[in-house]
Amino acid sequence: MIATHLPALQVALPLIAAPLCILLRRDRYAWAFTTLVCWGLLAVAALLLDRVMSEGPISYRLGGWAPPIGIEYRLDGVNAFVLLILAGTAALMMPYARQSVEREVAPERRHLFYAMFLLALTGLLGIVATGDAFNVYVFLEISSLASYVLIAQGRRRQALAASFQYLILGTIGASLILVGIGFLYAKTGTLNIADLGVRVHALGEAPAILAAFAFITVGVLIKLALFPFHVWLPNAYAYAPSMVSAFLAATATKVGAYLLLRFVFTVFGAPFAFGTLPLKEILLSLSLVAVLAGSLAAVFQTDLKRLLAFSSIGQIGYLGVGIGLASVTGVTGALVHVFNHALMKGGLFLAAGTIAYRLGTTDLSALNGLGRRMPFTMAAVVIGGLGLVGVPVTSGFVSKWYLVQGAFEEGLWPAALFVLLGSLIALAYVGRLVEAAYFRAAPADAEPVREAPWAMQLSTWALIAGSLYFGLHTELTVGIAERAAAALLGAP
Amino acid sequence: MEALAHVNYWAAIALAMIGLYAIIAPSNLIKKLIGLGMFQSAIFLIYITAGKVEGGTAPIIDAAYEVYSNPLPHVLILTAIVVAVSTLAVGLALTVAIKRAYGTVEEDEIVEQDRR
Repeated sequence: MIATHLPALQVALPLIAAPLCILLRRDRYAWAFTTLVCWGLLAVAALLLDRVMSEGPISYRLGGWAPPIGIEYRLDGVNAFVLLILAGTAALMMPYARQSVEREVAPERRHLFYAMFLLALTGLLGIVATGDAFNVYVFLEISSLASYVLIAQGRRRQALAASFQYLILGTIGASLILVGIGFLYAKTGTLNIADLGVRVHALGEAPAILAAFAFITVGVLIKLALFPFHVWLPNAYAYAPSMVSAFLAATATKVGAYLLLRFVFTVFGAPFAFGTLPLKEILLSLSLVAVLAGSLAAVFQTDLKRLLAFSSIGQIGYLGVGIGLASVTGVTGALVHVFNHALMKGGLFLAAGTIAYRLGTTDLSALNGLGRRMPFTMAAVVIGGLGLVGVPVTSGFVSKWYLVQGAFEEGLWPAALFVLLGSLIALAYVGRLVEAAYFRAAPADAEPVREAPWAMQLSTWALIAGSLYFGLHTELTVGIAERAAAALLGAP
Repeated sequence: MEALAHVNYWAAIALAMIGLYAIIAPSNLIKKLIGLGMFQSAIFLIYITAGKVEGGTAPIIDAAYEVYSNPLPHVLILTAIVVAVSTLAVGLALTVAIKRAYGTVEEDEIVEQDRR
């Protein structure tokens, strides 16, 4: 009985849990309850992915109304995979949340913080699970509004300004998506994504469809923070509470990548986007600039969280490269990188948060000699950093392998070269961290620091160890991603 | 005369562009939010216009009428208006918090204070 309603449960559970969190009032209860919900969501996501992999796509009719008129939740290999990433990172980060939130958020706001966290998660899960274009917009705004509030909880006042900037740009992006969906609806009379795919194809190159494509692509790129739409990202990630930076870095931009995949391949179709329109050239050139500019900017940052934020812009470029290649190998690379980057960057931001927890700052100068004083945390930073570079054995290597291979298949060797160049630059900024932590002495007047609490270590290492595990055992991630990519591209 | 037939759309586009300008040009955060509201409203108008069927009446089934306007865009925009109101509320709440933290709601002064 309950098994048939799993897709709805995936989204409804955190939505119902959020107001309950407010009723609980005590922050410890709210935390325990949120943890329970997140692990429940992970179980649901795992069951769904297992079912999709063994039985094929699941179509769930919300309220029993048949699609395309009723709202449909449609799960295939792509979004079941992304759901697992979202629920998994949220669940793994929850042990970390309690102490981090107690340190960074005012006592009277903590239970509200968890409620907002659940709402943000609801929105992200909803975007991915739904098969209805207008639902995408509504869930996008649910997650965005909750993230603006979460970012504003940062301890420094810059968090407020960063949140406001994100609110303006995020709303413009979502509104552009709304216009695009409106044009699609006006032209086809349907909002169901699968149905849209069929009808848009029949319409060919109608001007309204071209306009809808442009609006939706630009709107999604703003949410994805692909260069040059990335301006909101560095401040938002740098000043948000540690838990929020880690969660958003691991999930929000990944959902943007999913939306791009879904609209480009399922709604408009690859021949339209890459044949009729020059999306390939646009996406590849923007992404390669993002890889270089983001990584280069990261080298010159003086704050660990800002450095990681700029590195994210570079890594989002890799996702763009994979999608822009529009081949099974490229999209596989992008999907695997969505997974791997969620683990690596989530773990790195968590490690940055534990440093902030002990030192009260994430300034790079505070990292001097930290390798000896917080050995476990710094080891996590180094392993995560090597993953960003794409060193073999780490999972970052796997995704870059597929991206480079995809570029060569398409005969685009400059793209492959840029991807490798990006890795070299990543080596430079990771090298700065290693140098400060291990080769510089701590200042003589430095106060003694203890290693971070075990619960925070646990979350950090769970993500970092995951990134190592999936670097060695690629069958699971690559296997799922390959099937998902083949399904998206309509290949047999 | 073809252009006049789409006068609703032209008006919506003009509103959207005025809204976009009002987001970008002023330094005052409240004015930016007003621009954002205009931009969103303009998009709502595009939806409502597209839902109107010429000669159609309100979509309530009655033996006397045969042509009805499409009610779905109205329902969608009702939802979108709720979203827009929430966005405005969060934006204004942030502005209040910014005013408390910085003592100003002018963007250039905020940037100036952060640089110091």
